Amino acid sequence: MAPAPSPAYSSVTLDVNGDKHTLTVDHRTTLLDALRERLDLTGTKKGCDQGQCGACTVLLDGHRAVACLQLAVAAEGRAITTVEGLADGERLHPAQQAFLDLDGYQCGYCTPGQICSAVAMIEEHAAGWPSAVTDDIRPEAGPPPLTADEIRERMSGNLCRCGAYVSIVRAVARAAAVRAESTPTTVSTRTERAPA
Amino acid sequence: MTTVPTAREGSVGTAHTRVEGREKVTGAARYAGEVRFADLAHGWFVLSTVARGRVRSVETAGVLAMPGVLTVLHHGNAPRVDTGYIGFLGVPPDPSCAVFQHDRVPHLGWPVALVVAGTSEQAREAAEALVVRYEEEPHDTVFTGERPDAYDVDGHVPAVTGKGDLEAGLTASAVVVDAEYSTPEEHHHPMEPHAATARRDGGRLEVVDSNQGAAWVAGDLARLFSLDPASVRVRSEHVGGGFGSKGIRAHQVAAVMASTVLGRPVRVVMTRRQMFSLAGHRSPTAQRIRLGADADGRLRALEHRSVSATSTVYEFVEPSASVARAMYDAAAHHTANRVVRLDVPTPTWMRAPGEAPGSFALESAFDELAEKCGVDPIELRARNEPERGPVSGLPFSDRGLLACFREGARRFGWADRDPRPGLRREGRWLLGTGTAAASFPVMARPSTAAVTAEADGTFTVRISAADIGTGARTALTLVAADALETGPDRVRVRIGDSDFGPAMIAGGSMGTRSWAWAITAAAAGLRERLAAGTGVPPQGITVRSDTSAAVDALPPKERHSYGAQFAEVAVDTGTGEVRVRRMLGVFAPGRIVNPLTARNQFVGGMVWGISMALHEEAVRDAASGGHYGADLAGYHVATHADVPDVEAHWIDDPDPDDPVGIKGIGEIGIVGAAAAVANAVWHATGVRHRDLPIRPDRVLLSGAPGV
Amino acid sequence: MKEFAYQRAFDVPGALALLDAGSDARFLGGGTNLVDLMKAGVERPARLVDVRGLPLNRVEPTADGGLRIGATVTNSDLAAHPEVRRRYPALAQAVLAGASGQLRNMATVGGNLLQRTRCGYFTDVTRPCNKRVPGSGCPAVEGEHRNHAILGASGHCVAVHPSDMAVALTAFDAVVSYETADGPGELPLTEFYVPVGDTPHRETSLPRGALITGVILPPAPVAARSRYRKVRERASYAFAIGSVAAALDVEGGVVREARLALGAVASRPWRARAAERALTGARADGEAFAAAADAELAAANPLPRNAYKVALTRNLMVAVLTGLAEEAAR
Repeated sequence: MAPAPSPAYSSVTLDVNGDKHTLTVDHRTTLLDALRERLDLTGTKKGCDQGQCGACTVLLDGHRAVACLQLAVAAEGRAITTVEGLADGERLHPAQQAFLDLDGYQCGYCTPGQICSAVAMIEEHAAGWPSAVTDDIRPEAGPPPLTADEIRERMSGNLCRCGAYVSIVRAVARAAAVRAESTPTTVSTRTERAPA
Repeated sequence: MTTVPTAREGSVGTAHTRVEGREKVTGAARYAGEVRFADLAHGWFVLSTVARGRVRSVETAGVLAMPGVLTVLHHGNAPRVDTGYIGFLGVPPDPSCAVFQHDRVPHLGWPVALVVAGTSEQAREAAEALVVRYEEEPHDTVFTGERPDAYDVDGHVPAVTGKGDLEAGLTASAVVVDAEYSTPEEHHHPMEPHAATARRDGGRLEVVDSNQGAAWVAGDLARLFSLDPASVRVRSEHVGGGFGSKGIRAHQVAAVMASTVLGRPVRVVMTRRQMFSLAGHRSPTAQRIRLGADADGRLRALEHRSVSATSTVYEFVEPSASVARAMYDAAAHHTANRVVRLDVPTPTWMRAPGEAPGSFALESAFDELAEKCGVDPIELRARNEPERGPVSGLPFSDRGLLACFREGARRFGWADRDPRPGLRREGRWLLGTGTAAASFPVMARPSTAAVTAEADGTFTVRISAADIGTGARTALTLVAADALETGPDRVRVRIGDSDFGPAMIAGGSMGTRSWAWAITAAAAGLRERLAAGTGVPPQGITVRSDTSAAVDALPPKERHSYGAQFAEVAVDTGTGEVRVRRMLGVFAPGRIVNPLTARNQFVGGMVWGISMALHEEAVRDAASGGHYGADLAGYHVATHADVPDVEAHWIDDPDPDDPVGIKGIGEIGIVGAAAAVANAVWHATGVRHRDLPIRPDRVLLSGAPGV
Repeated sequence: MKEFAYQRAFDVPGALALLDAGSDARFLGGGTNLVDLMKAGVERPARLVDVRGLPLNRVEPTADGGLRIGATVTNSDLAAHPEVRRRYPALAQAVLAGASGQLRNMATVGGNLLQRTRCGYFTDVTRPCNKRVPGSGCPAVEGEHRNHAILGASGHCVAVHPSDMAVALTAFDAVVSYETADGPGELPLTEFYVPVGDTPHRETSLPRGALITGVILPPAPVAARSRYRKVRERASYAFAIGSVAAALDVEGGVVREARLALGAVASRPWRARAAERALTGARADGEAFAAAADAELAAANPLPRNAYKVALTRNLMVAVLTGLAEEAAR
């Protein structure tokens, strides 16, 4: 399809959910469009295409990011995780299970973004990152309790027009609790980077 | 697994996770723009940059030479369509969907061309490069309530009702509230943008679309393109929200045109920005309410007048003044809905059309009346409970309003409330609580369904229903299971396919009720057939239903859902910030099929109320006639941090005339919610906010006590 | 979006060479603003030089007790950094108040400084805008300007700068370091952003072809007691309609040193020097804070529909200073 070689196209290898895909991309192609249109990974949703809704949230090297503002060509070399890569075979990721059990959605279109965002956000919190509603951000204070208000602030980059926020927050809290049970120790108070 | 029918507990009324939940949380659920088509081409709209005038030229030559460009459709070359018909909903179509039929530009953002290319990147760049020249005319886009050219128009309800002598009633009243309220232009903005892919396959037209009624869209496409209805198939498996905006629109029509011209599948997806002018919206409203009451709060006179805007190409009225027709009676009772025509896109149904803005005004005015009379707001409503429909004179089927208030007041802790405003402070925040009533009509529309007993002992239901996030697919599974006296795990419900026959759309809080009715009827017929005991052949046994006769035979009554909304807010009068701290709604919503998803939907409606009260407002630039800040950073909807722990509850309230007892729950949650928030802001600050949204600048300039 | 070439730079000289190798090229950092503007048609570069991978991603103490922040440090890493939270808490708060978790993970410090206004006329290429198309006019003056400037604007442009981070950096006398083909340079942030005047399209004094390599925060003991507060039209994930970064050193009830910068009031982060002068040596009480705010806002020149920002900014300044004074007294 692409008239490569051309200065407007490049061959890139994208590492998506552990699989390497080599493809020629128009430099204009965002990671979002590459996932959806080229790799048929349509779980990552296009809600606004402007970084204003969070529906396209994926993990880049373990950190959440919006795929609509990430050029595909610039994503080479990064470990990309999409909603399709969260489950362990048939076993849902605890966040996915919590969203399902607690009805953390309605139409489902923002859901993959909410779930990816939640998965990474829980790690950010565990790594000691403060938020805009954290009272005491001094590193000595350690991570704040992951209250509903902390979850709400940290998840605010994911709009849900159906207004399912209440059940989403409960689902995120449950997913965080599951993670805390399975990772009993090592909450660092001095972290400069979140774990991947 | 075996089940014993006589021992079985019903599925309706018990919580079930969504049957498609796993697909939704794993990303496997495919929405309209995600279904694979071989040889797919991408269409990109070019929208007018003037608000009124004519297209003088569309300069396609340069664009057609750009990489990948396949065609440019515009008024000079597009296939003709026919809009002279009465559509699925009993009204003519909004001609805004009939793109490229003439050179007139009736508003900014009107589709003037569709560029089709091999990739979306190529289509987008070519669309941006396309030069369109206009003959621009002066435009008129400024909406106010004082427009002398406003006129009465019957929409889905009559424009005007009236009884009694209003002025005499007001004169005789001990207490009078006379206030003006306004609500801004609001947009649905479902998270999934409108998307359609059309393919012509021999004589067949196949469309994969995101809509609220596959049969509706299929029927309209058949009429528009003069096709045999049986040759048009529209599928809409998963829908990423609709709220009234996902009917027949420009994108489906343009996709069908392009696929017809090119002979290959064409997908057209609206951008978020394009949705501001192509997806419909709720008109701004300017409302005036006059209430006259005795000193004890009993109404003598009620007047509610509303003006909304429509486009120059179609009449759509936002009937905000109609709320009181079912809610409150007075000897003098007058309501009127008027519209003014502007050079703007046509508004459309948006969650609780009429009731959402109308209840903001009416329920705010009631709070003002309660204040003036010195009567508790709940008691005021109790004193004004009508015995019959104030306008219709019909008996109420049931009326759970006061039961909702009683239960809500108990749960919210209303009894402890000091009614005086501006007294409660916590740090920089002033605190207040407010309440409001809610109602929404209960209706049903004819639908058809097919239920098949499969040879393996399972059942398949086919109905052209839509699950736009309501949980309809799951609810219908539970309804079918009970109707078939089996477990939900033995029932497959297939929806979102116009080939399943005509059915009500997901709208008007009528979807699940109408569909459940049809499924119940078909299931009853099937059980009769199965009871005859001839065994199930390999192809199964299918029974179809059509509820037209039964629905038409419903005796005339005032049928409504009700609700009582409660909100607690915190207001920082130094910065103008308003936060909702707590919200609680209690509803009389008919029988609840699935408590898990129903609660979510009530809460979602209430979140819409928060968003309406505090955030939502599409700003129109007077100079250009188009939107300012047409994106989700400019048009704010509530996000996580705006939404507290919203609670929804309901009372036992089965509808006596529905086979399942359903009323409908999609809209009632937003009704009254914004008024409850605004009333709470008054209670916190002592200042009435009669214009939505209650923005920081409005709070700051309102003269509330400072820090 | 038109077609463009893409190249990745691996070191600073390489980045400068790539940028210089042809016209109409832009550095690409996190892309959160540039890619968005390219989609909107506001930016139409022929070439992107990706600098995200440059080895400028460290936050390091300087010998004199300040911090050097690399240009490709992400907003998230900056806000999470222990030394930033300890020594310049208002900076961490400002960054956390901006955008969303996703965008903060992508956005870089260098890009944040260079982000463009969110004025709705600027981002809509069908409308005039002196910043986007010099000489075409400014519809905001007569049109929608509820969130436009009250300080330092001109009739040519009334847009505001969108950054939260830069407001805190401005309060702390941050210095931008850059490299050009001719060598390195430095610009105090207060000189980095230029007054709007009649050239609103010219936003910074960064030399043409220069690459921001980092930001230097001079030592500022006063910053240890600092705070950033932001008001917006929803509780999160929105641009400011008013913000204040403030630091206060109080001894014996008297202000020894104050730092104040304002956001969402001007085309650039607004260092409130008049307020700082009024505060220095004044009693740390509400009256003095109000007088200081008034001193700064005396120059305010609001438009018909953004006069509320004067009250908002005044109240915010007083509230933040009061909070800091109370903290100091504890």
